[in-house]
Amino acid sequence: MAAISREEVAHLARLSRLAVTDEELDRFAGQLDVILQSVARVGEVAADDIPPTSHSVPLTNVYRDDVPTESLTQAAALSGAPDAYESRFRVPRILDEED
Amino acid sequence: MTTIALPSYEDATSRYEPVIGLETHVELGTNTKMFCGCKTDFGAEPNTQVCPVCLALPGALPVMNGAAIEATIRIGLALNCDIAQWCRMARKNYFYPDMPKNFQTSQYDEPLCVDGYVDVTVDGVEYRVEIERVHIEEDTGKTLHVGGATGRIHGATESLVDYNRAGIPLVEIVTKPVPGLGDKAPEIAKAYVAELRDIIRSLDVSDVRMEQGSMRCDVNTSLNKPGEEWGTRTETKNVNSLRSVERAVRSEIIRQAGLLDVGTRIFQETRHFQETTGDTRPGRSKETATDYRYFPEPDLVPIAPDTAWVAKLKSELPEKPSVKRARLREDWGISEIDMQSAANAGAIELIEETIAAGASPAGARKWWLGELARRSNELGVELVEVGATPVQVAALQKLVDDGKLNDKLARQVLEGVVAGEGDPAAVMTARGLEVVSDTGALQKAVDEAIAANPDIAAKIRDGKVAAAGALVGAVMKTTRGQADAKTVRDLILSRLGAS
Repeated sequence: MAAISREEVAHLARLSRLAVTDEELDRFAGQLDVILQSVARVGEVAADDIPPTSHSVPLTNVYRDDVPTESLTQAAALSGAPDAYESRFRVPRILDEED
Repeated sequence: MTTIALPSYEDATSRYEPVIGLETHVELGTNTKMFCGCKTDFGAEPNTQVCPVCLALPGALPVMNGAAIEATIRIGLALNCDIAQWCRMARKNYFYPDMPKNFQTSQYDEPLCVDGYVDVTVDGVEYRVEIERVHIEEDTGKTLHVGGATGRIHGATESLVDYNRAGIPLVEIVTKPVPGLGDKAPEIAKAYVAELRDIIRSLDVSDVRMEQGSMRCDVNTSLNKPGEEWGTRTETKNVNSLRSVERAVRSEIIRQAGLLDVGTRIFQETRHFQETTGDTRPGRSKETATDYRYFPEPDLVPIAPDTAWVAKLKSELPEKPSVKRARLREDWGISEIDMQSAANAGAIELIEETIAAGASPAGARKWWLGELARRSNELGVELVEVGATPVQVAALQKLVDDGKLNDKLARQVLEGVVAGEGDPAAVMTARGLEVVSDTGALQKAVDEAIAANPDIAAKIRDGKVAAAGALVGAVMKTTRGQADAKTVRDLILSRLGAS
């Protein structure tokens, strides 16, 4: 059985606002399925005494002091933006969302 | 869209039982952002408090702000929560330009604080609002929609984004659903948010200003018939004042009752509170937006607060606002209602400091709740920013107590203080507002007034003492209000042999 369905891939594409054609859906669903099946093999060897791992290093409580550091200049911050207007990043309107 | 007849609030709450829940976001007042060292100053030029981390440039890595973790734990402790011994941050994935990372770093199923409560008193009855969780996350950038109707997304063609706010530490406080409040639900919702504000303010971790957005509230409301299961809830956003919290719950109860009366199903949806009309309007459909695909944040290591440190933070919590209010109310000798209005005006600390600077409780309350409260309303600023300090108010009251200013002159002096003209004594001198205490000068003004009004003087001589008011007025006029009215009256009556 496939680890991910074509419908799930279409749903993820919609959430990511990616325009994906029917052919691409077929292709991506197949590719993602291979990836997921491969990763799922880890589950076959993980015993009950091995907890799920979210972090590769056994560290906790890594904090920074609440002291300001240098920010980018406005010009530098906007320099990589595809578009800017009145010192702000200019992006296309996103549908079906609101502040 | 069809309109349906809405029941009255009394009618709605006599037939349906509301269940409410509140989600409150509090922006912390740390010097720097949650995951980077950018400043958090309010009102800075757009995109000047940003860096590779909060702009999500490739390869940038976050590091948590220790002060924000401490502040969140203190909030949790002040809300009687248990503090997690180990928890993780999580990515909340969504596609919207207010977060450049395409996700918000938040917490999901492992919040830092759980299972607390806040007690609030409404009309002398105490209610317990249980807290489900308190977690730490980051604020989003500010978007401005342009093209089409200004500022609104409807018809807009593009958005302009300022990321100065993106990444500022944000604490989310979520209550458990609160049933059984009946028609008191709106008032209790408001009292809860007010108490939460006071508690957080007492911790000095945020300025908790609803009008500036450093405290924001979402209100969940559902209705059910007595004995039946809870109904479907709606979530009302954009509730930006204490008064709006109460109005939003109230209007949502009426709206839902109207729908249920005609057998219409309530949809789970996000609605927006309308400040002008006091009702709620539908917001976005959340069909796709609720699928956030949370997962543990791999770039931030788990939070594991040391038990002894948490115990120390708990032992160092300040006096609870409710306990402090009771203590001050007794000291000041005022009613619960007067105390409540002082609290609502944000005047308690100011009055307290004014008393500490030497004023009587009555004198301190009078200025902050009278003249200065009126002025802060007019200017639309918080009382604390009205332009007078507790020390200045105490000095003003002392000038009144010493007989150097009467009430009317004191108000003029205060006007000068608020306008930045200096301390009360300096304003009094500069504006020449001191009470005329020179009896010789006053006597002269009295004699002039008697000479100018022989008819009135004659009436007073005949024993019509009430007529003296007109002469007092005349003297006050020539002294430009800078005389003590009672002294003037006494002088007139003794001059005319009527005292």
